[in-house]
Amino acid sequence: MHTPTTQARPSIYYTYEVFKPWLASAHPPQKRQQVVVVGAGPAGMVTALELARHGVASVVLSAELQFSQGSRAICFTRRSMEILQQVGVADRMTKGGLPWRFGNSFYRGQRVFRMEAPHDPDDRFFPIINVQQQYMEEYLHDACRANPLIDFRWGNKVTQVQQKNGYVELEVDTPEGPYTLESQWVVAADGGRSGIRTAMNLDMEGASYEGFFVIADIKIDLPFPTERRAYFDPNWNPGNTILMHREPNGIWRVDYQLPKGETPEDALKPESLKARIDAQLAMIGHAGLPWEMDWSSVYSARTLTLPDFVHGNVIFTGDAAHLLPIFGVRGANTAFQDAQSLGWHLAFVIKGLASEQLLANHSAERVGAAREIIDEAGKSTRFMAPPAGGFELLRNAVLSLSLTQDFVRPLYHWRTSRPHEYTHSQLNSLGDDNALFKTGPAHGAPPQNVRLGANDFLLDHLGGGFDLLYFTDESTIPETLQHTLTAVRAKGVPVKVIAVGSPQAVTGADITLADANGHLRERYGVPANGGAYLLRPDQHICARWLTLDATRLQAAFHTALPQ
Amino acid sequence: MTHPTHSISIPDLEVVYDRLATAIDEAGPEKASLFLVKLALLNANALRSADVFQTHVEAALRDL
Repeated sequence: MHTPTTQARPSIYYTYEVFKPWLASAHPPQKRQQVVVVGAGPAGMVTALELARHGVASVVLSAELQFSQGSRAICFTRRSMEILQQVGVADRMTKGGLPWRFGNSFYRGQRVFRMEAPHDPDDRFFPIINVQQQYMEEYLHDACRANPLIDFRWGNKVTQVQQKNGYVELEVDTPEGPYTLESQWVVAADGGRSGIRTAMNLDMEGASYEGFFVIADIKIDLPFPTERRAYFDPNWNPGNTILMHREPNGIWRVDYQLPKGETPEDALKPESLKARIDAQLAMIGHAGLPWEMDWSSVYSARTLTLPDFVHGNVIFTGDAAHLLPIFGVRGANTAFQDAQSLGWHLAFVIKGLASEQLLANHSAERVGAAREIIDEAGKSTRFMAPPAGGFELLRNAVLSLSLTQDFVRPLYHWRTSRPHEYTHSQLNSLGDDNALFKTGPAHGAPPQNVRLGANDFLLDHLGGGFDLLYFTDESTIPETLQHTLTAVRAKGVPVKVIAVGSPQAVTGADITLADANGHLRERYGVPANGGAYLLRPDQHICARWLTLDATRLQAAFHTALPQ
Repeated sequence: MTHPTHSISIPDLEVVYDRLATAIDEAGPEKASLFLVKLALLNANALRSADVFQTHVEAALRDL
């Protein structure tokens, strides 16, 4: 019998709601589901919302009865916000969040590096916004609850996973005992300690780093702006690194590395936490300022991924698929990209719009992203928490030089999570004009947002299927293209046509964007009428043409949806 | 090494020899490695070439 706690989790700033468990006895017998999503974190809920957007129903299982403990993921990137916009929660994130774009690195009391993340006037969202994970989960959960295609089940813990012939049988334990749930597909979004990954005995590739970090959230009134602060080798914690972030609701996140040999249990003792936080506050000139502990935890840096996310009818996503170090805000931000990708790939396979090759493509693209992140995150980790020996010596040499030498300072800029470009995706069109463009987002790239007017951006108009941006100042989409689009839509493929560049509504287009000053056309590098971009349902570019014709449009869909 | 015409002059090499030796002593045994790594990074910056630096690393690793 699974008995998750019914005690609301403690928090200074967040009131946890304890939800009622879903019990099989209160429902009719269970038919075989199309998709069961195991895990109700950011990866699981975004997958369910994206699936629903494409008309695919899912059951979401959470072992707990409430949102996760503590702030956990707090920094969300622009691309994450663009993805959250697609599933309808970006406004709430923006309302409660603290946006920022500057980071500071300190050594021996001197600011040795200031990171300035670019903020293009064409972007709706800031490079990063800080929101505590409980709020993000609440917003996503509200969106799931409002969606008739999502069957959300609290207090349902998966205890067994059996691959059958073309489906999966799950044993799900609940506060009234277990029941059996069959599903054609299972999305394992059950987090870094994925029980499904363990049960299936899957090995991850990559490295684990020595050393532990404490995460502590404290309520304190510090007079610093919302910027990241990193302190290297402070005298109260020699050789180690401390990070500080402002969170909403008067909370500050303090991360600090533990001296070698110290156990996580010792580090989390209240007296140990207090001594170290007091020492950090003293170092930054705020000794004695009152503070209150909200939540603390310990983590170690790992760069591990499954080499394939699809195993039979079980698909791994988010932390269940890979473990990434937090330097560079890569956990939840990578999970959103995984989930957005999985949502449409899986939905299109279920709807018969493409063969299972599409799922192989999802795995190839997202494993590629994980490997790229691991490569970058490895570099960051070797600077933030260097292994003993050569890396430690080099890091210390850079700290020392940085007091006087400009050229080493960029090494303080650990790379921040960014969307992976699927440059070599098998979905990219072969016969288009990608190579002939001088600018604009290329094959596999995420879209470039463009400001169209007050509170009006290009990405507000995209998503839910393929988007064809067709640049023209004429009154009609050419008939031959319209024929092709009709044929594609007749197969059930959702396509939206967005005409760009005409002051009047263009016949054959779903939306017309006037683009009176030609700015959108310029950002996309389209020199003349008849140019076009085809965006996948995750808005990544899969084809672009200087002059689009019906044959090549047909070919692009053929490539993007392998049969 | 292989191109004597591109080598440092003997008098300059002797200056480097003495200064490096005394600087290692100045840094002291605990900080000698740190000092040498800083120096290597400064020299790498002056070289402006990871390739040349790599050949120096390989040459220095030989016959230890």
